[in-house]
Amino acid sequence: MAVRPRPLTVAGVAVAGIVFLLVAGTIAAVAVRADGGAGLRPSDLAAIRFTLWQAVLSAILSVGLAVPVARALARRRFAGRRLLVTLLGAPFILPVIVAVLGLLMVFGRGGWINAAGTGMGLPPVSIYGPWGVVLAHVFFNLPLAVRLILQGWLAVPSERFRLAASLGLGPWATFRLIELPILRGIVPGAALIVFLVCTTSFAVALALGGGPRATTIELAIYQAFRFDFDLGRAALLALVQLAVTVAAATLALTVALPDTLGGGLDRHVARWDLARRWPDGIRIGLAALFLLLPLAALILRGVPNLAGLDTSAWLAAMRSVVTAMGATVLTLCAALPVAVAMQRLRWGRVVEGLASLAIAASPLVVGTGLFILIFPLVDPALMALPVTALVNAAMALPFAIRAIGPQVAQTEARYGPLADSLGLTGAARLRLLILPRLCRPLGFAAGLTAALSMGDLGVVALFADGRSETLPLHLYRLMGAYRMDDAAGAAVLLLALSLGAFWALDRGGRVDAGA
Amino acid sequence: MRLTMIGLTLSASLPVHAQDRPVLDVYTYDSFVAEWGPGPALEQAFEAQCACDLRFTAIGDGAAMLARLRLEGARTKADVVVGLDTALMAEAGATGLFAPSGIGNVDWALPVDWTDDTFVPYDWGWFAFVHDRDFDPPASFRDLAQSDASILIQDPRSSTPGLGLLLWVKAAYGDEAPDIWEGLADNIVTVTKGWSEAYGLFLEGEADMVLSYSTSPAYHLIAEGDDSRAAAAFDEGHYLQVEIAAALAGSDRPDLARDFLRFLTTDAAQGVLPTTNWMYPAVMPEQGLPDGFASLPKPDRTLEIPAEDVPAIRDQALQEWLSALAR
Amino acid sequence: MLALENVVIRLDDFGLRADLAVPPQARVAVMGPSGAGKSTLLGAIGGFVLLSGGRIAFDGQDITTLHPAARPVATIFQDNNLFPHLTVARNVALGITHRRPDTATRARVADALMQVGLDGFGDRLPGSLSGGQQGRAALARALVRDKPLWLLDEPFAALGPGLRARMIALVDAVAARAGATVLMVTHDPTDAAALGGEIVVVANGMAAAPRPAARLLADPPPALAAYLRR
Repeated sequence: MAVRPRPLTVAGVAVAGIVFLLVAGTIAAVAVRADGGAGLRPSDLAAIRFTLWQAVLSAILSVGLAVPVARALARRRFAGRRLLVTLLGAPFILPVIVAVLGLLMVFGRGGWINAAGTGMGLPPVSIYGPWGVVLAHVFFNLPLAVRLILQGWLAVPSERFRLAASLGLGPWATFRLIELPILRGIVPGAALIVFLVCTTSFAVALALGGGPRATTIELAIYQAFRFDFDLGRAALLALVQLAVTVAAATLALTVALPDTLGGGLDRHVARWDLARRWPDGIRIGLAALFLLLPLAALILRGVPNLAGLDTSAWLAAMRSVVTAMGATVLTLCAALPVAVAMQRLRWGRVVEGLASLAIAASPLVVGTGLFILIFPLVDPALMALPVTALVNAAMALPFAIRAIGPQVAQTEARYGPLADSLGLTGAARLRLLILPRLCRPLGFAAGLTAALSMGDLGVVALFADGRSETLPLHLYRLMGAYRMDDAAGAAVLLLALSLGAFWALDRGGRVDAGA
Repeated sequence: MRLTMIGLTLSASLPVHAQDRPVLDVYTYDSFVAEWGPGPALEQAFEAQCACDLRFTAIGDGAAMLARLRLEGARTKADVVVGLDTALMAEAGATGLFAPSGIGNVDWALPVDWTDDTFVPYDWGWFAFVHDRDFDPPASFRDLAQSDASILIQDPRSSTPGLGLLLWVKAAYGDEAPDIWEGLADNIVTVTKGWSEAYGLFLEGEADMVLSYSTSPAYHLIAEGDDSRAAAAFDEGHYLQVEIAAALAGSDRPDLARDFLRFLTTDAAQGVLPTTNWMYPAVMPEQGLPDGFASLPKPDRTLEIPAEDVPAIRDQALQEWLSALAR
Repeated sequence: MLALENVVIRLDDFGLRADLAVPPQARVAVMGPSGAGKSTLLGAIGGFVLLSGGRIAFDGQDITTLHPAARPVATIFQDNNLFPHLTVARNVALGITHRRPDTATRARVADALMQVGLDGFGDRLPGSLSGGQQGRAALARALVRDKPLWLLDEPFAALGPGLRARMIALVDAVAARAGATVLMVTHDPTDAAALGGEIVVVANGMAAAPRPAARLLADPPPALAAYLRR
C-alpha cells in the first residue's frame, strides 16, 4: 500500500514534540538560571526511595482493587449505575487539600470511623504514616483505574461473550479466555498512569505521611526552590523524577499486550456468565462506600455555607470554567492526532511516551521554567489563565491518550482495510470512521480534562496576581485566612462544577451514533 | 483558542482608571490582597493621598515571593515588597536587591529593638500552639513531649510557621533541640505542607493543638464571636516573627516607594492590620488594639535569633529536625 | 484482463509466487489448503499486501503500487464489511461518495439495494441485519463502486449451504449486469462449481493459472486432490 504523509499523523508527532519541549525546555530553563553546581544529598536519595515505594504500592493496590470493581460494573445494569460511575470519579478531580480533608473527616482521628469505633469501645486507629499515604493515593486513583479498565471492558465485542456462552464457559473460564487478554492490554497502562500520578505527589504524601519520612521527590524540589533557592538541584531532581518515570513507562509498556482480536458489531452487551448477583453487589458497594463517604462528609460540611459565598467566589468559579473549557479543547485537539499517530507509526510507542511526559514532570519546575521563559517577554500575570489551560491540557493529555488510544487501534484494526479500500482518508476518514467510533472515549477524555483542570492548583498559583484567581486558588486563600466555613462552601461549589463538567461531557460521549 | 482569549480578557481585569497616574507595583503574599485581607483598605487609603495607582501582585507566601524576586532579579517590575519576615531577612538582604528605606525614626511597638534601615516592620506576632479552650495545654515543650497531647505542625521546608517552630525550639534549647524533637515525635499527628492544611485539620478535630500564632484566637473571637479557641503560653518564651516590607533598589519610583513604606507605619495602615492580617501592629495606632486582643496570652519572654545568624542555624536545625523525626 | 506477472510475496517465513492471467468477466474460485495464501493473493491484488517482486496489471495498466482505493478493485472481506455506526444506505453510499449522499446517489443506492434484495433496508443499522443480509449489503456497495474487478474473501463462509448458493448466484447475476470480473476465495468445491467459471489452486507456495472448474474438480491435480479429500 502506498504510504503518504497524513496530516493527523504529522500533527500527532508535532504534539508529542511540543510536550517534550515543554517538559525538557522548562527543566533546561531552570538549570540555566542555576548559579552553581548541584548535587544530590543523602536525603534526596531517601526521597527517591520513598517516592518509588509509595507509587508502586499505590499503583498495584489501585489497579488490583479496580479490576473486580470494573468487572462488576461492566456486567451489571442497575438504576443509578451511570450516576454512580460519575460520582466514583470525584476523588480524582478534587483539589488535593479538599480531598484530604474529606478523607480525614471519615478516616481521621476525629473522623466518622473512629467516632463509631470509640462508641463501640475500640481504641482509635490512626491512618497517619506510610500506609496512610497509600490509602490516600488509592482513594484518589482507584476511580481513575476503574474508569480506564471499565472503558477497556466495554470495548470487548459482545460476540465474544456470546461465543463464551455458546461454549458453556463458566465465569472463571470466561475471565481467563476473554477478559484476561483485555486486562493484559489495559492493566499495565492503567497501573503506569497511577504510578506516574503518585510520583509527583507532595501535599498528600506529607499530610498523611505523618512526618518527614514521607518526603517525596516533589517536596525535595519544593525545598530546593524555596528553602535553599538551589535551582541546579531543583532541575537535577526534576531530571531524576523524569528518569524514574521513563524507566517505569518502558517497563509497563513492554508488559502490555495490545488486544488485536477480531471485532464485532455494536450490540448491547448481554452477559450469560452471571450466576450470583451478590458478589458483584458487594464489590460495587464497598468501593462506593470507600469513595463516596468522604465526599458525603465534604458535602455535609459545605452545603450550609454555599449561600455565604460572595461574588469573588463566583467570579473565580467562572474563570475556572473558562480555563477548563480551554484546556479541554486543547487536550482533545492534541490527543486525537497523538492516538492516531501512535497507531499508525512504527515508533508509535515513542510518540505516546513523549506526549505523556507532562504527567511525570514536576508542576513546580514546569511552572517556574515557564515563568523564567515568559517573564522577559510579557507580564506573567496576563498569561496566568492561558498558561494554566496549556499546562492542564498537557497534564491531562496522557489520560486522554490512554482513554482513546485503544479504541483508535481497534477501529483501525477492524475497519482500516475497509476504509482503505473505499479510499476514506483525511477529513472523511476522521468524520465517517474515527470520530463516530470514538464518541465514548472522547467524551470521557473531555470530561476528565475539564474536571482535572477545574480542580488544579498547580501552575496558576505561580502566575496569578491576585486578580485572576481560579476557584481552587480562591478556596486555598479562604483556608489561609481562617475562613474554613467559606472554604467548605467553595469546595462544594468546586465539586459540583467538576462533577457537572465531567457528567455533561462524558454523557455527551455516551450518546453514541446508533449503538 | 477563542476560549483562551476570553480567559485572557477575564484575567486582565486590571483597573481601567488611573491610566496617567504613576504606578507603584507592590509584591505581597496571597492572603494580603484578599478582600478580607489588609490589601484593599491599604490601597484605598494610600491612593487617596499619593495621586498614584497602587497595584498589588500576590505571590504565594514570603519565601515564594523571595524566590520570585531572585528569579526576576534586577528586571523585576516590583517597586516595593510587603510580606518578608525576620527569618528571610538576612537572605533577602544578601541578594542586594533592596534599597535603604529612608523613613527615618519611628516609635516601634515591637517587643525587640529595631535597628535595620532597609527593612521596615509593619506587623508582628508570636508563634504559639492553638487549642480548644476546654483542653488543658502543656506549659512548655518539655511538658508537651511528656504528655499525650497531639499536635499538628507544618513542614519547615514549605511553610513559614513550620520554619518558625524550628527556630523557636532552636532558640529555646540550642544544642538540646534534637532531644526535644525526639520527645515530640510521638505527639506529632502529622506534618503538613502549609498552615492552611494544619489549621483546617485542627478545626476538624484531628489533634489537640496546632502550630499557629498567639493572635489566632482573636480571629475566632472578633470575626466569628467564638471564644472557644485559645493559645497556649509556653514557659520557654515564644518565638517572634516580624513581618517586613522593603523598597527595591532598581525601582524607578524611589520616592513613591519610600512614601508607601512610611505610610505603612502610620495609623491609616496600622489601624487596619490587626483585624485583617490578625497580627500585632508594628506601631501602636492611636485607637490602640482591638478589644479581642486583650485576652491573648502575653509571653514573659520573646525568643529571637539575630537575622544574620538565621541562614546557618536554619540549615543545621533542619538537619536535626529531619533526623529526629525520620526515626 | 487481470495479469499477475512473476509476482512474489514474502511475509516472514511465508512465500507465494504467481504468474497468471484472468480473462475479462471471468468467474474464478480461489481454492487451496488453509494457510496456503488464498487471502494473501487477494490482498496483493487489492493493495493490502505489498509485493516483493513482479507486477500486477489490469487491462494493461500497472497497478502494483496504487493505493487500495485507486485500484480498479472492489473488495468484500470475510467480516467487518460494514461500519456499524452508519445505516445500511450510508454504508452503500460510501462506495460512491464520502459526502452526505445527494438525490442521485440515493437513487443509485436504492437501486443497488433492490438488486441485492434489500429493498427497504436502507435505514437499518448493520447490527440489526442477518448474516446473509449483511453480505447482500456489502455486495450492493461493491456494485455501486463501479469497479471492473471484484474480490470476495470468503464473505459467505458463515452462511448455510443453501443460502450460500443463493448468494453466489446473486453475485454472478449482479456482476454479469455490471460486467465485472469476480475472484472469490472459498473452501467448498460446491461453491466453486456454483460460481461456474474457473479455479485458481493455491498450494505449496504457488498460485496456479486458472483452469475450468468442472474439469479440474472431476480430475483434480495432486495438491487439490489432497485438499479435497480431507
